[in-house]
Amino acid sequence: MSVIAPKFRLGYFLKGIFDNAFWILTIVTLAGIPAIQIVLFYLELPVIDGELLTAFLAFTWLFNPTMQVPLIKALIYSDLFRIVAFPGFGFAALIAAGTIFVERKMLAKLQLRVGPFYCGKVEGILQLAGDGLKLISKEIIIPAKADKPLFWAAPVLFVGTAAAFVALIPVAPGGWVVADLDVGLLAVFAVIGFFPIITILSAWSANSKFPFIGGIRALHQMVSFEIPLILSLLGVVILTGTLNLSEIVESQSSFPWIIFMPIGAIVFFTTMLAELERIPFDLPEAESEIVAGWLTEFSGMMYGLVQLGSYLKLYAFAALFVIIFLGGWTGPVFWPPLETELITEGIPIPNYAGDPILTVAAPGLPLLDQDPNEWVLQQQGELQYTSGQLLVSGVIWFVLKTVGVIFFILLPRGVFPRIRLDMLLHIGWYKLIGLSFVNIFIALGLVYAGVIGPGGIL
Amino acid sequence: MAEQVIPTKKMPPGLQVENVDDRIMTLNVGPQHPGSGHMRIIVKIDGDYIVDADPDPGYVHRGEEKMAESRNYITNIPHLERPVIHDSCNILYPYVLGVEDLVGIEVPERAKYVRVIAAELNRCIYIQYWLAIYGIFLGHSTMFMWPAGDRELLIDLMEKITGARVTHAYFIPGGVRNDVPANFEDVCLRQVNYFEKRIKEYADIFYDNPILKARTEDTGVLSREDAIRLGTTGSVLRASGVDYDLRIKEPYDVYDELDVHTNVLKSGDSYARSKIPWLDMLESCNIIRQALEKMPKSGSIRTKLKPNPKGREDEVYRRVESGRGSAGCHIISRGKPEPYRLKLSVSSFRNLIALPYLLKGEKLGNMPAVYWSLNYWPVEADR
Repeated sequence: MSVIAPKFRLGYFLKGIFDNAFWILTIVTLAGIPAIQIVLFYLELPVIDGELLTAFLAFTWLFNPTMQVPLIKALIYSDLFRIVAFPGFGFAALIAAGTIFVERKMLAKLQLRVGPFYCGKVEGILQLAGDGLKLISKEIIIPAKADKPLFWAAPVLFVGTAAAFVALIPVAPGGWVVADLDVGLLAVFAVIGFFPIITILSAWSANSKFPFIGGIRALHQMVSFEIPLILSLLGVVILTGTLNLSEIVESQSSFPWIIFMPIGAIVFFTTMLAELERIPFDLPEAESEIVAGWLTEFSGMMYGLVQLGSYLKLYAFAALFVIIFLGGWTGPVFWPPLETELITEGIPIPNYAGDPILTVAAPGLPLLDQDPNEWVLQQQGELQYTSGQLLVSGVIWFVLKTVGVIFFILLPRGVFPRIRLDMLLHIGWYKLIGLSFVNIFIALGLVYAGVIGPGGIL
Repeated sequence: MAEQVIPTKKMPPGLQVENVDDRIMTLNVGPQHPGSGHMRIIVKIDGDYIVDADPDPGYVHRGEEKMAESRNYITNIPHLERPVIHDSCNILYPYVLGVEDLVGIEVPERAKYVRVIAAELNRCIYIQYWLAIYGIFLGHSTMFMWPAGDRELLIDLMEKITGARVTHAYFIPGGVRNDVPANFEDVCLRQVNYFEKRIKEYADIFYDNPILKARTEDTGVLSREDAIRLGTTGSVLRASGVDYDLRIKEPYDVYDELDVHTNVLKSGDSYARSKIPWLDMLESCNIIRQALEKMPKSGSIRTKLKPNPKGREDEVYRRVESGRGSAGCHIISRGKPEPYRLKLSVSSFRNLIALPYLLKGEKLGNMPAVYWSLNYWPVEADR
């Protein structure tokens, strides 16, 4: 049966537009704005310029040009922004999307082909959006004998756990992290411990043979690689004496820990590949053996969610590697430049110090909440960098290092074949655990010899 | 162990009752499984170990042999190459040789050399395709893309010769269908040299890869005695240490005038079985270069046949070394333009016989490595 498009009539077209506009306006004015007002009324709103933002003022300020920058500034420093956008989910999802694009193009270059090319006109950069649309528009099919609640829950739990992992990652100096815990590393181990449970849950609830085998394989793999993963990071904990990830980064301001513990870094990298189920450790999804492993019965956006979760996990692991071994955001400050003229004419920024010369805290960073005194101290030569400069170049360093680590995570996919389950367990239980103990003894030796640690030479 | 199910009524023929064991899981690998091809392997696993494997071919049976009985010797050509379109020259070779015997015609010298070149090119094309699938079966996606891309070189060459990319229908009784293009020797030499340079790079990324070696060495070992007893041919036989190549043992056309070496490995494991075809490709490049050198520069490429040739009342069996092993063709003629009976004896089916013996006791992760190392083409086995 073919569907013939009705003949185009301008009158009907305009009537449709007017009808739509009429109903949208009616619904927004009668229901939308009051609803937002009611919500805002119960929210705890920030103080901007010494004046409390209330639900009544919200719409007034929204259309007031002088209040836009303070509003955005208040938004940036809200918890919502941290969770949704910058150090949290949005930032991670952006890097994950970039990772997928780079993976496709890099692998294509390695394999002498082109990769995504047409979607988005320029080198297929919109291919991911197209794939996402396809996954959303596909029907979700659930096996007849599946345990439906668990089967539904598994992808959501997977993304949720991956996002919880992302929330523990500090990205920039000055507490740019969603959850700044004193036991950050311990929390990371706890979150990683959830993945095998979710995997076996989804595999078992599908009530199908190939997912079940894949889930069992994933369980073997993750459980046996979690031990060397935890042990390989303990060396750094011994040297720094803290479990807080931000403090671990701050301890590497002069040199990264990979210089002293390359063995731990290698062990952690290998276990990372296994935890991420990437080639050569992609046994739980081994296509030619067990179809798609524990993902076999997922369809449509359920599969998309699992993929999203696994790429978030990839980012989080790469970031953890950077934080623990490569020094996180530490690195020379190169942007914004130190010697720049003050932008006195530009975006008018009301500041709370009341000093007109300090309307711009640091050039080029109008939206960041900075201490104006820092800039004065820097001009006087008492402070080397302002916190804004540290923040911006710290984020750039962090992203650069993370992207580098992600590149090395992606590379084995083009080089290695898949390994076998018994080889995997042998590597995990015999070699990696032994090596991680060697790493711990190196760390202990360094501490007792007085090289690093409390009272050390370095 | 659960108790055996005893059927109360008389079972219809073909149905079987088997013991149900709680420890044993039965997996249907195929025909819609990414690691099976157009066939099914019923695998029974105990944990990670395969206790029983039952290959179940026949999903792509086309009745080529029956079709051949109602078509004459010339119109049989295009459909007899269908079982292995990637190796279409070699699967057609024994049929053409047999028909030439029956009809009693001589093949011009130049046509024999052209046939050898086309057959060797086609062998490389087939092996590249097979190798690509072997790579992706082991999770090595680069090894899927590289052979599939390099294969295009030779496909272009075959297109220049025959006019078709894959299904050539190039060999006919009495010679070949048409002559090679004018500057063929130069182009062919250049492309084959480049192709050889490329496939030598596969050693770096695939055959010398430590993970691949650790994974496929000592898996699915087929001893020399078993290889002979089970009747395997081609690369499987040669990987088990039997020096058996029909190009040398029973030379056909001009293979006796060329310096053909055969590759034999002793270990008989999946690694050796996957390496032999690659070595064969390097050998094929040598053969093509020799044939290009010795080929008469001009001359007829075909002896003219009568419009509807009748074979004499006889039966012939000819066989050649195809990309997978010996490919034979048995034709019984009753003096008619059509063969009375035509039987294709293909190596894929003979190699498949070894599969249950090799898979028993292996780990499930080794299944694709062992299965595809048998140099098996499901469509050819079904015919």
